[in-house]
Amino acid sequence: MRPGRRHLLLSLAAGALFVVALALGDQFLDSFQLRVSSLCAIYVVLALSLNLVNGFTGLFSLGHAGFMAVGAYTCALLTMTPEQKEMNFFLAPVVPWLAHLSIPFLPALVAAGLVAALIGFLVGAPALRLKDDYLAIATLGFAEIIRVVLTNTQTLTNGALGLKGLPMYATTWVVWPCAALSVAFMVFLTRSSYGRAMKAVRDDEIAAGAMGVDVFRVKVVSFTVSSFMAGVGGALLGHLLTTIDPKMFTFMLTFNILLVVVLGGIGSITGSVIAAIGVTILMEVLRFLDGPLNFGLFETEARPGLRMVVFSLLLMAVVLFRQRGLMGNREFSWSMFSRAGLARREDGRA
Amino acid sequence: MLTVEGLNQRYGGSHILRGVSFEAPPGEVTVLLGRNGVGKTTLLKTLMGLVPAASGRVTFLGQELSRAPSHRRVQAGIGYVPQGREIFPRLTVEENLRMGLASLPGGARVPDRVFELFPALRTMLRRRGGDLSGGQQQQLAIARALAMRPRLLILDEPTEGIQPSVIQEIERVIRALAAEGSMAILLVEQYYEFARSLAGRYLVMQRGEIVRRGEGSAMERDGVRGLLAL
Ligand SMILES: Nc1ncnc2c1ncn2[C@@H]1O[C@H](COP(=O)(O)OP(=O)(O)O)[C@@H](O)[C@H]1O
Ligand SMILES: [Mg+2]
Repeated sequence: MRPGRRHLLLSLAAGALFVVALALGDQFLDSFQLRVSSLCAIYVVLALSLNLVNGFTGLFSLGHAGFMAVGAYTCALLTMTPEQKEMNFFLAPVVPWLAHLSIPFLPALVAAGLVAALIGFLVGAPALRLKDDYLAIATLGFAEIIRVVLTNTQTLTNGALGLKGLPMYATTWVVWPCAALSVAFMVFLTRSSYGRAMKAVRDDEIAAGAMGVDVFRVKVVSFTVSSFMAGVGGALLGHLLTTIDPKMFTFMLTFNILLVVVLGGIGSITGSVIAAIGVTILMEVLRFLDGPLNFGLFETEARPGLRMVVFSLLLMAVVLFRQRGLMGNREFSWSMFSRAGLARREDGRA
Repeated sequence: MLTVEGLNQRYGGSHILRGVSFEAPPGEVTVLLGRNGVGKTTLLKTLMGLVPAASGRVTFLGQELSRAPSHRRVQAGIGYVPQGREIFPRLTVEENLRMGLASLPGGARVPDRVFELFPALRTMLRRRGGDLSGGQQQQLAIARALAMRPRLLILDEPTEGIQPSVIQEIERVIRALAAEGSMAILLVEQYYEFARSLAGRYLVMQRGEIVRRGEGSAMERDGVRGLLAL
């Protein structure tokens, strides 16, 4: 059998296995475990979206939490029923045009992505003229502005009170297909001429321009698409936690995603997927660190945030000792196994 | 084919290009010589639209390109091999070559002619650009510029820091391209022998000005070597 065909069959088999695993998980995991599993999937979407900009296009953007917030609020406001809105907005009533608007989850999810993408475009068009650390500062500032706006537009977002009682739409059969779609999209994109142009811009902007790449346009498109994915991720997160408020979308959230991208390998889809799942699970496993610790002889008080210290140390270790993260910018492929001698070689050559 | 008239360029306060005018006709190598820092690279970057010109006109195949962005100039048929090669280090050789097609509509392929000129590249398609030797990178950079079948090929010091065997290879390729007759070649060089052996016509630049020009065959008689040694 030709390697191409065999790899296709292997991929189909892996896909089928993935669906079976989801079905089994959905049946047999308890509600806490299911929540962690969904969180893993959402982090896959978010990590890929940040990796698209930072890893594949080489733009140092730190505004992700802002786009997530836009997506989360858009989706929440579109899906909540009039009654839920009335209950939430008790300080000041919601603006009239939103009061009776209520649409199904999937179109709302797409709308969340589109609104985030629009904001991404509006922010990116001026900010992407900046380079490196200036871009990082500008996008960081943007995310903070979004938070301030969310906190102060009482009749639109319910201000600091946030929105509660969102329907729990982010089920296994929503979030994991979203994650799979994101992976498929990224694989497709990075193999396309557009993805190649992004990587070329990352490697050498001047040379990319000299090759006839419209460098600025590539940056804006990458940033806008990434904002779309961040908006969708934010919307999913909102509908998993069923509560959103402006304090959720601080720089800490961006930092968590950046952590996943760096640990997995900047510019690696495979790395982002593995690290998203690994870090999310580890964050839950290490949750005990934030509570009182019992060392047998003595007991410490609860120190919320200790968990994040572990991750920050992990990040520092990676930056110091293995800058390329888990995967570098390599990707998973079936021929990896044959190269590693785990499977039959595809051809006679050594 | 390429016509440059009264080109001026400034970096901040300093006047780098001062009224540069010349033509590069097809089927011939136009060599631009000059010592370090006289403005050769700046001229090429200005021609490619990578730095803005203060004034002057650039026309190519009848199109006015003076204010056009880089990608429009590439689309018009100008291929550029930057100084120091500037290949994409984390892209494979194949991806680097395909980047040369970035200005063409999707589905365009790297012409076989490129591999005829640089047969060695065919054996290293999967390697990362950054892992190649300097000479191989230079060949890749030229091949990449040729992938879109340019009507004008611009090369910025292709022999800089390259081992002699590869220089010969590059010389052979440039000669073959010029002999085809349809492509104009603008070659910036400091390596006098290399430039003289290829030059159809020459230009000498000093402090942003073209101070001498003539037939390639007259370079020796015109004392170009002396101008470079000054
Ligand atoms: N990006 C830049 N900003 C300011 N000055 C520059 C820049 N690039 C080059 N220069 C100056 O322009 C002059 C010409 O440089 P360049 O065109 O690179 O010369 P050449 O290629 O002939 O060696 C030099 O004096 C150099 O210092
Ligand atoms: Mg130079």
